[in-house]
Amino acid sequence: MQIELIEIRDHLNRFPPFDALPEDRLDAIASQVQVAYFKAGSDILLYGADIHELHYVRSGAVEIYRRNGELYNRLSEGDIFGQAGLLRSNKVRFPARAIEDSLIYFIPAAVFAQLCEAFDSFADFVEAEGQSRLKSAVDSQGKARDLMKIKVRQLIARAPVSVTLDTPVREAARVMTEQSVSSLVIVDPNARWPNPEQVSVLDQQTQVMVGILTDRDMRTRVVAEGLGADTPVSQVMSPNPITVQADDSVFEAMLCMLRNNIHHLPVVQRRRPVGMLNLSDIIRYESQSSLHLVNTLFNQTQVSGLQALLPDLRATFVRMVRDEASAHMIGSATAGLGRAFTQRLLELAEAELGPPPVPYSFMALGSMARDEQLLVTDQDNALVLDDRFDPAVHDDYFLKLARFVSKGLAACGYAYCKGGIMASNPQWRQPLRVWQGYFREWIDRPNPTTLLNSCIFFDLDSVYGESELVEQLKDLVATRASANPAFLAAMARNALNRTPPLGFFRTFVMETDGQQKNIINLKGRGTAPLTDLIRVHALACGSKAQNSFERLDAIAATKLMPPEAISQLRYALEFLSLVRIRHQASAVEAEREPNNYIEPEQVSASERYNLKEAFQVLSNAQKFLRFRYPPHAVRNP
Amino acid sequence: MKGQRQDQAPDWPALYAQLAEQSRDPRLKAFYQAGVVAMDTPIEAVPLLALDVETTGLDARQHAIISLGLVPLSLQRIRCGEARYWVVKPTSELSGESVPFHRITHSDIRHAPRLTHILDELLAAMQGHVMVVHYRNIERGFIDQAVRQQLGEGLHFPVIDTMQLEARLHRTRQPGWLAKLLGRQPTSIRLADSRLRYNLPLYQAHHALTDALATAELLQAQVATHYALDTPVGKLWS
Repeated sequence: MQIELIEIRDHLNRFPPFDALPEDRLDAIASQVQVAYFKAGSDILLYGADIHELHYVRSGAVEIYRRNGELYNRLSEGDIFGQAGLLRSNKVRFPARAIEDSLIYFIPAAVFAQLCEAFDSFADFVEAEGQSRLKSAVDSQGKARDLMKIKVRQLIARAPVSVTLDTPVREAARVMTEQSVSSLVIVDPNARWPNPEQVSVLDQQTQVMVGILTDRDMRTRVVAEGLGADTPVSQVMSPNPITVQADDSVFEAMLCMLRNNIHHLPVVQRRRPVGMLNLSDIIRYESQSSLHLVNTLFNQTQVSGLQALLPDLRATFVRMVRDEASAHMIGSATAGLGRAFTQRLLELAEAELGPPPVPYSFMALGSMARDEQLLVTDQDNALVLDDRFDPAVHDDYFLKLARFVSKGLAACGYAYCKGGIMASNPQWRQPLRVWQGYFREWIDRPNPTTLLNSCIFFDLDSVYGESELVEQLKDLVATRASANPAFLAAMARNALNRTPPLGFFRTFVMETDGQQKNIINLKGRGTAPLTDLIRVHALACGSKAQNSFERLDAIAATKLMPPEAISQLRYALEFLSLVRIRHQASAVEAEREPNNYIEPEQVSASERYNLKEAFQVLSNAQKFLRFRYPPHAVRNP
Repeated sequence: MKGQRQDQAPDWPALYAQLAEQSRDPRLKAFYQAGVVAMDTPIEAVPLLALDVETTGLDARQHAIISLGLVPLSLQRIRCGEARYWVVKPTSELSGESVPFHRITHSDIRHAPRLTHILDELLAAMQGHVMVVHYRNIERGFIDQAVRQQLGEGLHFPVIDTMQLEARLHRTRQPGWLAKLLGRQPTSIRLADSRLRYNLPLYQAHHALTDALATAELLQAQVATHYALDTPVGKLWS
């Protein structure tokens, strides 16, 4: 029988290139590992010495030097070294020294050679070392972008602590105390994986996670409810928890927590729970993160308290810009914060008005739904109510709810929508079947007014309540719009209404009619027409994605456009958004009100060059849209 | 050997020679005849074997071994390739209270071998080594008792107790009245807490092989931090 060295295998499994290896191979590697402890300051490898093992940093930190003693790289948990020597002369090329107390795993050269032979990904990784990873270590990248690169598994320190469904809460509390954890994974020893033939042997041995239990649950569901210590955890756990994959980025985990307002996120490798990520893990990693703000936000009990957080929201935004976060990240995080404001306002409204008489979903539209929100934004929202909704009986409640939230959002810097697209407007506070009627009508018989609606309402997402209500609407849009060429053609024409400024000069913009302007609306002439045309293609593909970058992925998958065209669009959107974002951030820093208008005179030469290129990409994409949906194809039925 | 101080550690080579004479069981005779390093052997040259047992309880006379993990090491390397791990059918009842600790359940031991079937392998692995354990009373007591049950004679062997080494550093004297008055907690010398002081990672406790590995790493860290590589083993074992 093969001996299982669980701690070693599970650790290797969290880091590249080992994370891509099958489980049985990891067990085989773990069973051949040697281990040694190195005190801070002690040498691990001396130049020119024989080397017959790959070195892996289990814990601590190691510095790698050039022959001349110059620092070459600094490694930490999960990093490997010594491969340069192994791949060439079996002599140490880069000496190594522990700079913290370190535990090192040694993987025999024979095992290393087999892995390089059997797994291309492994060979590529170890060979690529020296160059690319070094480059990333030397180039100081923006801190925020690290969140995109760093995988969740790198933040999890230990395997999850689990108990079975029938464990009494007293026992669960004892385990939590003894293991010093704030949450438990609840497993069902009798449950089986749904498709046993599709899961690895290891998964079959692992019990199925059916819920989680947090110390907060202990307070609110056990102690506060006066339940007995013998109550089984199955009665008080949160069933079917939201999870992240171990390979997801920390940023994705952060967004997941933001969106769902959860503090504990089980991490799974395929389906096997491998760790528990706590809000505090991320905050510790990135103390300035927007999650910190969300945490504060959900502790507010008054609208005025939320309002007071507006400067923090702006500060978080500015910090992400300084940390060189991408536009995609900033847009998602800012939208996440917008959602958090909305969610908290709804909680406060429900606390004041009582529970809702029928289920509902509070729906975000436009930029918040697309996860592309910036600082200058008005509120676009609506209420989708359960079909049992009876206006005479229930509407009073929902009107109050909508007004409470709308007013609260306005107080928090999300201006009232000038077009009246708010849940406080009776037209946009309707049961699901009415919404379905609207959407069918807009798709089947588009007119100028409804096309405008489609542009706003077809970027939609549930923020609070029964998300299923909004999912049904998304399904309807995805299936019906893609099957309706006349509607798509009308949307395409609409998306061509706003064109980018191509005559972009140092101090002014030359319009096609020869007019000169010294101010330019980056949203109206840049990002908005770009998202408009991406929306048309995404609807044509039947995609349910809302975010423009994700929509581009969906479009790419259908091969509707050549890959270069897609990556150009992605670049253009990222760049135009970033210029907008930087412009807003510098306004905040200068204590001016942020807006979307830039003066060409203020733009640096390199930025001007890039802007011109981005506008050109937009213009070409509009030409393609015109070609794909020629004007004569638009018929009014 | 109870209550012996570090400077009064037994002369193990002499004791082994004596036990080799006295033992009637041929396996034990062979074990002792293989001998053990001299007391003045530098620790860096001593063949070591980290050992951990999980048991159904704390009393060697009442409770039984349920799993054993061992991994050989030197100060330079811990050799996982030669690690061994067994779950064995305990001679006493598996108590429900211990299950949450070692996570070994009745179904796990249903098909497990009895200790008697692995005894030869265990003795072979231990032969010629100095054992490394965290809290010697458990490993020593339970293995002695198990061998006594199987072979009619107990088993004596030298151990380096990593907990004892921590105690030497942190429990050099009784806490003063002031410390008692202030309710100061003595430094914890439990395995996980001791490891933290050397910046060793946190492991899932109560798996015999993991604990053996954890103990092996702790010894390397202790020596690297507090002892010279040529410290005579006689100063460390008991």
